Amino acid sequence: MTSRPHGPHTPHPRYVGRRALLTRTAAASLLAVPALGALTSCASGGSGGGTKDVGRVEPTADNPLGAHPDGDLEVVIFDGGFGDQYALDAEKLYEQRFGSVTHVKTQEIQSRLQPRMVKGDPPDVVDNSGAEAMDIAALIRNDQVHDLTELLDAPSLDDPNVTVRETLQPGTVEMGQFGTQAVYRLNYAYHVYGQWYSRTALDRLDAEYPRTWDEMIAVCEKAKRAGMAGWTYAGMYPYYFNFTLYPFIAKIGGADVLRAIDNLEPNAWRHEAVRAAFEAYHELTARGFVLEGSSGLSHEESQDEWCAGRALFHPNGSWVENEAARNTPADFDMAVGPPTSLDTSDAMPFETIWAAPGEPFFVPADAANVAGGMEFLRIMLGRESARNFTSLVSSLTCVRDSVDGMDLPPGLTSANEVLAAAGENLITVRLPDWYRQLNNEEIGGAIAAMMAGDIEPGEAITRCQRAADAAAADDSLQHFEHI
Amino acid sequence: MRLGHRLLLGAALFLPPRLTPRRVRDSRHYRTIDQYRFIGWFLAAPLVVYLVFVVSPFVQAFFYSMTDWTGYTAEYTFTGTANYERMWNDDKFWEALRHSLLLLVFAPLITLSLGLFFAFMLNAGGRRRGGQAVAGVAGTRLYKIFYFFPQVLSIAIIAVIWARIYSPRSGVLNEGLSAVGLDSLRQNDWLGGRFAVWCILAVLCWSFVGFYVVLFSAAMSAIPHEIYEASLLDGATRPVTFFRITLPLSWGTVRTGWIYMGIQALDCFALVSIMVPEHGMDVLPSYLYDKAFRDGQAGYATAIGVALFAVTLLFAGLMMRLARRERIEL
Repeated sequence: MTSRPHGPHTPHPRYVGRRALLTRTAAASLLAVPALGALTSCASGGSGGGTKDVGRVEPTADNPLGAHPDGDLEVVIFDGGFGDQYALDAEKLYEQRFGSVTHVKTQEIQSRLQPRMVKGDPPDVVDNSGAEAMDIAALIRNDQVHDLTELLDAPSLDDPNVTVRETLQPGTVEMGQFGTQAVYRLNYAYHVYGQWYSRTALDRLDAEYPRTWDEMIAVCEKAKRAGMAGWTYAGMYPYYFNFTLYPFIAKIGGADVLRAIDNLEPNAWRHEAVRAAFEAYHELTARGFVLEGSSGLSHEESQDEWCAGRALFHPNGSWVENEAARNTPADFDMAVGPPTSLDTSDAMPFETIWAAPGEPFFVPADAANVAGGMEFLRIMLGRESARNFTSLVSSLTCVRDSVDGMDLPPGLTSANEVLAAAGENLITVRLPDWYRQLNNEEIGGAIAAMMAGDIEPGEAITRCQRAADAAAADDSLQHFEHI
Repeated sequence: MRLGHRLLLGAALFLPPRLTPRRVRDSRHYRTIDQYRFIGWFLAAPLVVYLVFVVSPFVQAFFYSMTDWTGYTAEYTFTGTANYERMWNDDKFWEALRHSLLLLVFAPLITLSLGLFFAFMLNAGGRRRGGQAVAGVAGTRLYKIFYFFPQVLSIAIIAVIWARIYSPRSGVLNEGLSAVGLDSLRQNDWLGGRFAVWCILAVLCWSFVGFYVVLFSAAMSAIPHEIYEASLLDGATRPVTFFRITLPLSWGTVRTGWIYMGIQALDCFALVSIMVPEHGMDVLPSYLYDKAFRDGQAGYATAIGVALFAVTLLFAGLMMRLARRERIEL
């Protein structure tokens, strides 16, 4: 410990004390701040630099978008569950007819690309996926995303008489729209949401797939007697429940109930159908049909429990087969069924499902080779690339009928059958990508609390409605409506 | 003093001593100038680095907090105090602030109390032996190593380990509660529900106690043994020794430790973002992160950052003032 002969404020008058020096340095640095004016434009500065625009050529029959024949392309792929081999293969097809492709794979889409978006020097194609995806709505608001309408109206790669738009699965165009006719992104991997289960486990219980809620309760009862939980779910991501809950609501009350919820209409959550759906789900918890401790599980953990045969149903999407492949027993016989109906008086048939594409690709408006970026997407929407994607990563694509005649694993076969059976009865829910915080945190949180048994359905609905009203009143959010 | 003379004095700051005019060197201010010249030029490089990389981003932050910048473009409009008004009415912000303040109050209190207690036991809490006035408990050196262990682990690893402990399905905590017959205390959702902030608090304290044990041990070992001997001769008990001798004589370290721990508690970002699910609780830094990088509202996030800055500054200032005591000379 240092000792000092005087108090801290009385050093020898002629000398500069430590304290005085520090004070004066601080003062000096504050004075120096204006001199740093040039620096204050750092974080947001430097717009419009950009690389040289490649330009376009006259469109021809096999180059309908007029991509420059020597145009180089930069493609950024999210290196997640789908890997990047499918993109590498599609890039080879591009390089056969156009310039060379720079391929970038990363899991950090945002940290890698945000500075480049700010600088006005983005890549030509972005696979904007994963936990670190960029907020597409913010990018659209800033006019940074190219409208893909001309791609959709261009002839498809395989048949010049059919436009790209006509080759797409239902819901694909809709998922690219944000309140207007413009289509800003192309979601490539097609997901079928529903109640995922093991046919083997169901057979062992000597049960049929439940078509009404009474049957569901009966099946869960049977499972419970066999020492198995009826349901498990990814409690850390409670919006997994929405995969079956939203179509369940639509089935009971009709698609308009869900559209009202998406549009944040007042009292949308107070509809009878919502209450019926919440009460049905709450019954699962109240009667002990949900695997104990599910509320704290990650999606990987809950899928492991499900694969290990400790629970019968798991609300999920068709990516689960690939994701859980490592822990799936050989005789599991994975399958998906439409969300169980409440009863026969439902507004929509039992076959109704939520199916929509994910894995969004977009072409930045400031890209050097916009036409080349769209041409690359057109190649990916070709039959060859789509089938390649399905065989590589075991997922459907947004390209209609592209899996015909392919040998698919059981889960995907089942998803494809369920999709075919649904026909026109498809639900597209926009809440998760229009209002992510509302969907994941507020509604997810209310459902989490209800399924953990902490609150009653009535309170969960009140919380959802309050959060939806708050989101509707929040000017900092951009609001969208179904068109 | 004439203007010319003043200018000369100013110029002397940038001149080597040999070239300084005689007139200046004879001035009675020259000594001060000489010192500032010496110190100033020595510090020039670090000062520039500090200005460019610390002060200037701070100043920029104040500016960006008054814009509607999304973080994705170079364009924004100036919105004045709109972000601050929004913050004032934002329940989520207040909830995050409440959690942060709760951690700010309890984390230093618990961590430092435990740290002081353990350090005291390790340094002066043991049985006297071998004619020594004070000694630590048996196995002191081993304990020190054990306490320091969490500090060696990366915070991400600590968060993952503790998330497993809190897991409602086969987590150690729930199973442990059952094992001792406290089934009624089992929780279905430790980290997603209302206990989350206390769970985080426990992890935060656990991971930092070891550091403070070592820090306070160093401060306590600097206290001369004669003082302890004298107090023992006067019949002081262990608690009295602690409150009358050990604590006052290591007060400087405690105060520094308090501020440091408070800043750790205000941060807490890694723990919350790894352990708590998205629908669970937020602290200020995690809320800031969500707004900036998930919702594309960099302007509003910066305003939250300014609020966090104010809270930190207020806390540091308050602690310096409250904890000011006369220095004890040894």
